[in-house]
Amino acid sequence: MSETETTPTILLPDPARLMVSNSPHIRDRQSIKKIMFTVVASLLPACLAGIWFFGIAALEVLLLCTVSCVAIEEGWNKLTKRASTWQDGSAIITGILLGMNLNAGVPWWVCILGGVLAIILGKQLYGGLGYNPFNPALVARVGLLIGLPEIMTTWNTPQAGKMVVDAVTAATPLGMAPGTETLGNLFAGNVGGCLGETSAIALLIGGVALIAFKLIKWQVPLAYIGSVFVVTGIAHLISPETTHSPVFHVLSGGLLLGAFFMATDMVTSPMTIKGSWIFGLGCGIMTSAIRLWGSYPEGVSFSILFMNALTPLIDRISISKPFGYVAPVKGDAK
Amino acid sequence: MSITWIAISSAGVLGVVLGGVIGVVAKAFAVEVDERIERVGELLPGVNCGGCGFAGCTDFAKAVVTEVAKPSQCPVCSAGDINNIAEYLGIVVEEKEKMVAVVRCSGDYSHTVRSFYNGVRDCRSAVLVAGGAKGCDYGCLGFGSCADACPFGAIEIRDALAVVHPELCVGCENCVAACPKNLIIMTPAAVDVHVYCNSPEKGASKMKVCKTACIACRKCVKAAGEEQMLVDGFLVKTNYANPPQSDLVEASACPTTALRLGTKHAEGAYQGVSK
Amino acid sequence: MSDKPRKFKGGVHPNDSKALSATKPIQVAPLLDKYKVIMHQNIGAPPELLVKKGDLVKKGDLLAKAGGFVSVPLHAPTSGTVSAIDKCPGPTGIGVPAIEITADGEDAWGAALEPMADWPNRAPADLKQRVWDAGIVGMGGAGFPAHVKLSPPEGKKIDTLILNGAECEPYLTADHRLMLEQAEEVVLGAAILARILGLDTAVIGVEDNKPDAIARLKEVAGKYNVTVQGLPVNYPQGAEKQLIYAITGREVPVGKLPMDVHCVVQNVASAVAVAEAVIKGWPSIERITTVTGKPVVNPGNWRLRIGTPISKALELAGGITMQPSKLLLGGPMMGIAQKSLDVTVMKNTSGILLIASDEVSLYTSEPCIRCGRCVEVCPMSILPATISQAVENKRFDWAEELNVMACIECGSCSYVCPSHRPLNQHFKRGKIEIQAQLRKKK
Repeated sequence: MSETETTPTILLPDPARLMVSNSPHIRDRQSIKKIMFTVVASLLPACLAGIWFFGIAALEVLLLCTVSCVAIEEGWNKLTKRASTWQDGSAIITGILLGMNLNAGVPWWVCILGGVLAIILGKQLYGGLGYNPFNPALVARVGLLIGLPEIMTTWNTPQAGKMVVDAVTAATPLGMAPGTETLGNLFAGNVGGCLGETSAIALLIGGVALIAFKLIKWQVPLAYIGSVFVVTGIAHLISPETTHSPVFHVLSGGLLLGAFFMATDMVTSPMTIKGSWIFGLGCGIMTSAIRLWGSYPEGVSFSILFMNALTPLIDRISISKPFGYVAPVKGDAK
Repeated sequence: MSITWIAISSAGVLGVVLGGVIGVVAKAFAVEVDERIERVGELLPGVNCGGCGFAGCTDFAKAVVTEVAKPSQCPVCSAGDINNIAEYLGIVVEEKEKMVAVVRCSGDYSHTVRSFYNGVRDCRSAVLVAGGAKGCDYGCLGFGSCADACPFGAIEIRDALAVVHPELCVGCENCVAACPKNLIIMTPAAVDVHVYCNSPEKGASKMKVCKTACIACRKCVKAAGEEQMLVDGFLVKTNYANPPQSDLVEASACPTTALRLGTKHAEGAYQGVSK
Repeated sequence: MSDKPRKFKGGVHPNDSKALSATKPIQVAPLLDKYKVIMHQNIGAPPELLVKKGDLVKKGDLLAKAGGFVSVPLHAPTSGTVSAIDKCPGPTGIGVPAIEITADGEDAWGAALEPMADWPNRAPADLKQRVWDAGIVGMGGAGFPAHVKLSPPEGKKIDTLILNGAECEPYLTADHRLMLEQAEEVVLGAAILARILGLDTAVIGVEDNKPDAIARLKEVAGKYNVTVQGLPVNYPQGAEKQLIYAITGREVPVGKLPMDVHCVVQNVASAVAVAEAVIKGWPSIERITTVTGKPVVNPGNWRLRIGTPISKALELAGGITMQPSKLLLGGPMMGIAQKSLDVTVMKNTSGILLIASDEVSLYTSEPCIRCGRCVEVCPMSILPATISQAVENKRFDWAEELNVMACIECGSCSYVCPSHRPLNQHFKRGKIEIQAQLRKKK
């Protein structure tokens, strides 16, 4: 020890270059950016499936939506003199989700209009990422659906692998009479519909990946899909001729896309596990109700938006008791 | 066409009926307001700064009218305003001296030693981390908790130092409690000479961390009149009961510039945001 | 207590980085020329100064006596002269009064406390008095006077004594080495503490990542009817409330003490200090401290005198290879960042840790994206995200409603926050403001 004491070359930290901050001083490597880009990656299988079935037009819609969302976000930041935020990846996700919620054959200006609705009306007016009560992509989709019903409810016929734009329009399977579409086609995605919602297998791959990476709470999709299955199953048992089977309901329309990627949006869904169950159940029951009795064939967007609005309330009622909160009664009983 | 008419007429009838109900309710359940409270409220500044100790200007007006408070308790009103209120209420008021806040620190970023701080940009939070990142335990942290508390935009953060603009300060004292280092004192507006340092440490240890600290060299004490500048340990303070003239700053030539004129200290283009 | 330990809800698993110093045996630090003993080392009242500048003191002599019941005396770390009583940078960054002792090099004991080798025959009250006289505080980090914990008020029955050897903080290995090398003293200390409390058993809780320490303790534990309980590796396992839950299944009510669930928790290092105070008559004037971190040349565990400047401790470890970004007293999860090397080792300094610039994480306060990761890991089951927003907006009443007072400041939420928000700092602020408001009301 005396050796180290007398050695003059021992280096010590320079106090002037030390940083002070509150504990903790280490952190795991997660960041908003990482989360967002993992979500983007998990959306890719469904996007590729959309391109495979609906051709180059699908790719164009996806790209245009993404680029316009990012550009609008940056334009808004410039306008309101805020720091640039597109790098966090949230605008990219909104863009891709918006594209996935459109038909491959929509005119170009619909994409840009959707971007404006999503980024400005859906997000920035509330204060940007983290403050928006509604899922931006769904705000845009519902806005477009109400404003441009014809464009939004006309779908291209899938032309698997042909990479051509097909002008022939098809109905979404949900709008057809029960029994006209095979479950195999539904599972693969070879049916009419929005370009990102048709392929159940691709959506499942992405969704399971997100659950595996712990980026979404599995309770939300499970409660959502489960409650749709149960409610439509009961309806199918009562009247098998006029309603689709529960499996059909789960695989068709935007349910899987909504359950895995939109209802689980962190910003607009409850934070607690208990709240997630309530949220998923609410979405599922609303969706089933709209599908079975509503005038729209599809109810995923409306029900998620509705539950988004209830999220602050759900968070309030699902608040957990702190550790040791119930103990006084127990302790006295002893 | 008939549907349109039905819609218009039913909406119209509904409007008339509901309007009537509101009118009747407003008359029947009207709350009587002492009109003097309203009038005094109009004469008050109406910024609800809370400097009087009441919840806001209306609350204060009520207190003045019911003679719980005196009009002069409003720190914001000018002497003229207070006279107007007193005249209206027919009461006599005593003269009140205008006070302004002084942040007793001149250690801005370029004149102090400090380590790098990373965390919440708020003084009351920053002070929880190593007592603030400053080398000096007593100095201004510069995150502007006082500026946030000021309803008049009179405090500006300049190079990580809170600077009070005396011409904008109305003396509401909101900033005093906001400062975790208790740096802010209220001084008579007529006095312009202040010691911008509040560290009771020895001169040598102060100089290690701050180039503009008061090192109690007593130059100003000697240059000033008797009892005008008071020595308190290793710190000199202005005697606000017997203040020195403004020319003291030049006459004493404070070697660390801790002795400054309040008006000069805040001189320059105001960059703060008025609220 | 032989049943399996319970897992508390939440918690995080940071890379423990203990390998840097876990295999390094405890080394005794050589005598220094000067020690600066910080006056106020305990939670509670500061002690009252008994010496003045120029006084000659022997090792173990009283420098200050307890300033009340929740206060402990302070002893001279070595023999020499009181060369100054002035300010020294304190661990919280603010200058604090300290007693400087210039060593005479003889390190001669003064009128030491009388050894009590026959402790099993001594009255528990005498043993407790000894714990107080020796100036022993909670050496795990908080610095709460040990004798106060051993004095349950009338009507509060204690049935379980737990020794905390979890050492769940990453990097720190001081308790690990202590349990390995001084297992007998740990167990002896446990037995003495149990006798003070009128118990005949004690449990030592150790995280499962220290199998060698568990094995060693088990070898010697039988002698005094002490059990050793392995605990799942999960930060903050060593937090008092989580430890009690893991071992007894009892939840300490919010705002209450372990006593309220009939438990007393003492750190293993405190137990060793108790054993030394009783058997050998040594006051609390030294402790085992881990000096570690990536920038440290030779990380290890040292037996340091109270009052050793951090700079000297770092010199013992061979200095640094690169400028660190942070200097901490304690572990990386709950340790306090320092801005000076003149801070000295106190009774609760379990580690001196340097964080390299490539490991350090900056708080950037990006907006909360409500991902709920903080809610998931919170061991107290509160809502860190919402509370932090309440405090940010100065809504302290709301924060109180959301049970910010239950927060144990373990830092798990800040550890996982992808928005890099300084959550823990918000809670600290919120708790202080709420306490200030409560005081005002009274």
